[in-house]
Amino acid sequence: MELLNYAFMQRALLAAVLVGITAPAIGIYLVQRRQALMGDGIGHVAMTGVGLGFLLSWSPVWMATLVSVLGAVLMELIRWYGRTRGDIALAMLFYGGMAGGVMFINLAPTGSNANLTSYLFGSLSTVSQSDVTAICLLAAFVVLVTIGLRRQLFAVSQDEEFARVTGLPVRALNLLTAVTAAVTVTVAMRVVGLLLVSALMVVPVAAAQQLSRSFAATFAVAVAIGVTVTLSGTVTSYYQDVPPGATIVLLTIAAFLLLTALAAPLARRRARVLEHAGGDPAECVIPETGKETGRATVPAGRASRNGTEGIGA
Amino acid sequence: MSDEPATEPVISEPVISLRGVRAELGSRTVLRGIDLSVHRGEVVALLGANGSGKSTAIRSVIGQVPVSDGAIEIFGTPRARFSDWKRVGYVPQRTTAAGGVPATVTEVVASGRLSRARFGILRKADHEAVRRALALVGMADRAKDSVNALSGGQHQRVLIARALACEPELLIMDEPMAGVDLASQEVLAETLRKQVGEGTTVLLVLHELGPLEPLIDRAVVLRDGCVLHDGPPPKAVGQHALPGHDHVHPHAAPGAEPVRTGLLS
Ligand SMILES: Nc1ncnc2c1ncn2[C@@H]1O[C@H](COP(=O)(O)OP(=O)(O)OP(=O)(O)O)[C@@H](O)[C@H]1O
Ligand SMILES: [Mg+2]
Repeated sequence: MELLNYAFMQRALLAAVLVGITAPAIGIYLVQRRQALMGDGIGHVAMTGVGLGFLLSWSPVWMATLVSVLGAVLMELIRWYGRTRGDIALAMLFYGGMAGGVMFINLAPTGSNANLTSYLFGSLSTVSQSDVTAICLLAAFVVLVTIGLRRQLFAVSQDEEFARVTGLPVRALNLLTAVTAAVTVTVAMRVVGLLLVSALMVVPVAAAQQLSRSFAATFAVAVAIGVTVTLSGTVTSYYQDVPPGATIVLLTIAAFLLLTALAAPLARRRARVLEHAGGDPAECVIPETGKETGRATVPAGRASRNGTEGIGA
Repeated sequence: MSDEPATEPVISEPVISLRGVRAELGSRTVLRGIDLSVHRGEVVALLGANGSGKSTAIRSVIGQVPVSDGAIEIFGTPRARFSDWKRVGYVPQRTTAAGGVPATVTEVVASGRLSRARFGILRKADHEAVRRALALVGMADRAKDSVNALSGGQHQRVLIARALACEPELLIMDEPMAGVDLASQEVLAETLRKQVGEGTTVLLVLHELGPLEPLIDRAVVLRDGCVLHDGPPPKAVGQHALPGHDHVHPHAAPGAEPVRTGLLS
């Protein structure tokens, strides 16, 4: 592997693996709570952070982390208090974030739209040593949260109302999810780019769902797909000289299509196995109630009549 | 309102107590001063027409709906300060509760155990409790199946198992029998009978008493956000659905008919 001889490629590959792990790891909770596009929104907001980083000559990665975390917290607050106007407020936040990024980077003495492009669509050669340090630290945080708190995050994402009754700090966990998503966006920013981050959060999860029945399996398969596509995308990008972000996203979609094609025959096979195993035992009880003949059938009819009265009232 | 003295001395400390509770949803007043108390070991049914505020009353107890006036206590603690949630099991009114990602029956029921698991780490005893809860509702053989692949009634049984997983002292259930076939209702009624026998307190929303009728100590009927009736369960409502009921008369007893229409309309 001659590409490993280049320090920039070592950094890019390391960053790619971390993106492949973290993006689906947090993405699965976003998909579960049906906020699949949240990553996209955060990506827009992060552009302001990149612009500010250039303007203030501060690390764009750390600045983007700061701004996108603030943006994610704001989005979560809008979700709580915004009610009907929530989506308009979110739209303003997203497009304000994007416009702010373009404005700041043009005001910055060293910045240009060309710099911004590498953050929007990802780039291999620009991943610096300090970027890698930041990416490693941020990825460690994301992995700790998404694996360490998996049961809590699962419960809150599955059924918020029920989670409250199990005594979980629902608001804190919602905020943590948003902050983790924001951190993941900045982890992925250098390799995949801000505009394509969301695809890597959502599509591997959607692909994994084609095969799995459990949350744990979906998580594992999604991360496996994530790592596979980020690594192969980065390598392809090096040899073919194509942009890494676009390559990775196209590969992810290809993985999705492949697994979808595989899923149908697999589901058929599974259905055949189930048929042999037999149905729901409670349904098999029906003959038993039937033996109390007159009793069981008459009340059933009456019961439904009562039900209609209740509804009609 | 919260420092209002108790109006009547009670024998046992109420497990749930609502006094003069008002709640608004959007700009609508949904609860207009509800008084309701459930004592230890009691099984109380909350009845009323669609939209009468049953779910809202229950959701105000668990803190999902903010209360604009009145006081709520759970196990004698004001709701805002109550934190001992492992004593409470909750079955929400069924929605299309499956999330955007597949999850197995066990995974969903295990989340009901989190209130007893420190730091969200499930130990052997916790997994054991999850299995027991699934067996109680007769879903043990579907443990590894995805909840998305269940029928409505099976899904409902999973939600009940999730509430039972923490071995609660108080069960709050919003229409637990909705969409559950008669055979499974009998199974669940038997489960509930055992729970009540062990001292569990139950507050549940029902549209028909059905197989649960013999268990119910008291019925509270809501209409338009007010308590219309608080007392013995209206006999006529569940009588026909009761397997033991003798159909001697083709029509109900003369006194029963007005009660039924009065309570459920
Ligand atoms: N999120 C909401 N926003 C505004 N109004 C609401 C909301 N949820 C419920 N309502 C209103 O509150 C009233 C009471 O609703 P609730 O869900 O408590 O009724 P219910 O007695 O549980 O009815 P059902 O038998 O259909 O479950 C209804 O009139 C409904 O229109
Ligand atoms: Mg309801």
